[in-house]
Order: sequence, then structure tokens, then C-alpha cells
Amino acid sequence: MAQETATEKKTNPILPFIKIPENYPEEDAYLWGVKCNACGTKFLGERIACGKCGATGNFEEVRYGTEGELYVFAVVHQAMPDVKTPFIAGIIDLDDGVSVRANVYGLDPEKPDHSWFGKRVKMFSEVTGQDRDGNDVVAVKYKVQN
Amino acid sequence: MREVAVVGANMLKFGRYPDKDVVRLASEALLGALKDAGIGIKDVEILVSGNLYQSNAMVGQRIMKEIGATGIPVVNVANACATGSTAFREAYYAVASGAYDIAVAVGSEQMGKMGLLGGGGGSDRAYNTEGVMGTGGMPGVFGQAGAEHMRKYGTTQAQIAKIAVKNHEHGVLNPYAQYQKETPLEDVLNARVVSWPNTLFMCCPTGDGAAAAVLMSAEKARQFTSKPVWVAASVLTSDPYAPRNPTMFDINTVTQIAAKEAYAKAGIGPEDLSMIELHDCFATAELLHYENLFLCGEGEAGKLIDERATYNGGKIPVNVSGGLLSKGHPLGATGVANIVEIVWHLRGEAGDRQVKGAKTGLAHVIGLGSACTINVLKK
Ligand SMILES: [Zn+2]
Repeated sequence: MAQETATEKKTNPILPFIKIPENYPEEDAYLWGVKCNACGTKFLGERIACGKCGATGNFEEVRYGTEGELYVFAVVHQAMPDVKTPFIAGIIDLDDGVSVRANVYGLDPEKPDHSWFGKRVKMFSEVTGQDRDGNDVVAVKYKVQN
Repeated sequence: MREVAVVGANMLKFGRYPDKDVVRLASEALLGALKDAGIGIKDVEILVSGNLYQSNAMVGQRIMKEIGATGIPVVNVANACATGSTAFREAYYAVASGAYDIAVAVGSEQMGKMGLLGGGGGSDRAYNTEGVMGTGGMPGVFGQAGAEHMRKYGTTQAQIAKIAVKNHEHGVLNPYAQYQKETPLEDVLNARVVSWPNTLFMCCPTGDGAAAAVLMSAEKARQFTSKPVWVAASVLTSDPYAPRNPTMFDINTVTQIAAKEAYAKAGIGPEDLSMIELHDCFATAELLHYENLFLCGEGEAGKLIDERATYNGGKIPVNVSGGLLSKGHPLGATGVANIVEIVWHLRGEAGDRQVKGAKTGLAHVIGLGSACTINVLKK
């Protein structure tokens, strides 16, 4: 065994389709995926084949933007013990043509309302914990725009 | 394909059985179904066992060891909440194909007090996305599914709550239900929120249970019963591509394509059904399935419950058993139990909750991820 090297602390995404730039947090994290050039369908993350048309290969990398709308949501009040509740569990339709599950902020979870549907939202990232190796773990969230 | 009949049907009251293991529960359910059919384990040619939480633990073979290990083929299936109904379908095809004359399907589950909250994830908690990046738990997923209907059609939480009122009212008459208690609309709406728009009484309880069915070829069925219940269609689908799926699971399309296929195979339409047992894991789910099963037009599910059309005695009775909201939802047992309920009604053996003159019934189950089974039964 070689001598022990000090392990460098890293910043890891909570999910593989979140990319963390080298100069994070100066440059923010972003969502990343691929587009199938055969049928035009966009996906979060990488793929070996298209889940819609079945094409293999011929994918183009896509960096997704930060804005979209709150398609639908649930307000979760009961969850496993170590999950903080209540939280607004949104389905966000990004303007760039993919959807993502995320927590939504800027609304009162005690007063859910039909008017929340379609609200414009913008992404931000946050360190949400440290893993066993002491690396920061980053997730993305969405805040309602006026 | 040959005609197939259900000749034996049995279920245990769903609830908590901490003193029995899951094999014992399944064995008790199966012995009851065999007795109902007038046969013994030695007559059975193939057994299909549906169990989710012990899907790697050979529950089917353990059942055989418990009640008589004869060396027949045993298949263990897992398909989320559609596990039991998928087991039934495999047993159906075993007979319909001509390979076997007598098959049994057994669904079982022991969940204890574990709910459907989800979570889990990897072993390192820092990478668990639940509550950090939205939700993958059942209450949240079915909350969002209901919210989509609210967004599209202006459906209100109070309309969805009426489904819980109905199913709990039905459940009072079902001695096999885990909960036999009415919940007036005010109580449903004032109950604590589990995952908006579903409150506590709009969520099914989980627990332990088992159910079993004996299937036979027409020739065999006529030897053993004067009241065969025929399988008019047994359909299984998986969710086709949809733009938001699986970010947002699509429980609608998977049911719609199953319903179309089931109606075509059975040669009937929704207007010909005497009753439906559908997958009301949450009140929001039942709302969506009114439309997915074509009981009403798109966007009209709220109106259907407003008009009380799905009550026992209404235009199309749905979940006269009390549904999962009253009966409980021991995952692997659920799909077989839905079929057992319909068999009892078609035989005229459903006691106080009997649907008068029941001739045809449809049993529907969704397994999230997703699988949909629809079994159409007729007299
Ligand atoms: Zn494609």
C-alpha cells in the first residue's frame, strides 16, 4: 500500500443530470442531458438509446436553462422521519422542453391553491448535505418568480 | 385461447397479523379457495404466487411446502401494486393456452405498519432525493396526479374527497375490510393532510393480507361448479412513452390502453359493466380512473362523483367493497382480492353489499412505474 494521500474534498451532484462547474459556486450548477437527433426528444442525463423512438446513438448534449413553469405539485406533509415537511413537491416544465422533479419555494405550503399551477419558476442550487467522505452534495431547487 | 373460469375464490380480512408469517397467510387463503372450488392441492397443476416485499424469497414454493409440495411448476411474480393481478393473469394464460387445466393464483403481503411513504434511496443519506428534489413517494406522486386533474378541469379537493366518503360508506358493509367506518365529507376535508390534495382519509391503509383464486378450463369447471365465473379478458400493459414520464409517472395512459384492449377482448363496453373494483390507493387515483376506464368523458370525473353515479345502486357502482381506502392495501394480495370480490358478486354471495343482478365486473390495478392489469369477469 502506498502512503496515504489526503483525499481532496469534492462537490458532487445529488443526481447525475446535475452538472457542477469547476468554479462552482461562482458559476452555478445546471441541468444537463441529451437530445435524440432521430426524433427530437430531450432527456435529463445521458442515455444509450432513446426511450421514445428506440434509436441508439446519435445523441446531442444539451445544457438546459434555468427557467420554466410549475406544472403541478403536491404538498407533502407526511414522509419518512428524516425528511423535512411540509414541502412543495413540484413537477417543473422547463422552457427547454424537459420536466424535472424539484422542491418549490416562495409559496405558503399551508395554503395550496389552483392559482399555483403555471407559476413561473427559476432554478437555484444549494449544498444540501455532506456525504460519508465529507464531499458537499448539491441539489437544485426552484423559486417562484413574481 | 380456451375459455377459463374462476371456480374458487377466497381472501382473508386485511389487517395486521403480527403472529403469522406471510406464507401462513397465503396458505390459509389458498386452502380456502381450494375448498371453495371443491379440490385439493394435489389437483393443482401450476401455482403462481404474487408477493412484493419477499419477491426474492420463493414465497410460492414455501406455500407448497406448507400445504403439500407436489412438484408442480411454481412461478413467483412481482409487479409493484399489480403483483397479485399479474399472478392471476399468468394463471389465466397457463389455462387459456391449453398447457394446464387447473391453476391457482395466490397474492400475499405482510407490511406491518410500514406505509407507502417511499424514500430509501442509496445507502448514503446525502444522496437521498426525497424531500430535497421533490418526491417519489406514493402520497406525493398521487397528489400530483390529482393536482393535474385540478389544473386541467378545475376539479376541487372537495369533489375528490367525496370519493373517500363513498368508499368508506361502502366499506361499512364489508366484513373483509380493515376499516368499516364512515367518514363524512367534513371529516375527510378536516383530517390532517398527508399530501395535498389527499388528506388522511383519502389515503389507503397498508397492512397484511392474502387472497387466492382457482382457475379451470371450461371442461373442468363444469365438473366442479354450477356457478362458474368466466374470465372475459385479462390484460396487462406497461406505460408507453409520455413526455414527463418518469419524472411524473403516467398512470393514465397505461390504464387507458389496458381498458381499450379489455373492452375489445371482452366484447363489451363500460356501459355493460355491473360493477368495478378499481385501484383507489388514493382518492385522487379513483377520480382519474373514472375517465381512464371511460366511465365518463374527459374532465367529467368530478361530475360523476357529484351525481353519486359510482355508489352501490348508482349507474356504475365502483368499489362497493369499500375499495383500498377501506379494505387496506397489502400490495401482493390486492389484485387477487379485487377479483375475489367480483366473483362473490357475480355468484350472488356478497352479503349486505351485493350489487343487485351483477352479471359483469371489471377489476383494475395499477403498479406504479408502471403496470396496469384489467380483468373482466362475467357470469
Ligand atoms: Zn428518439
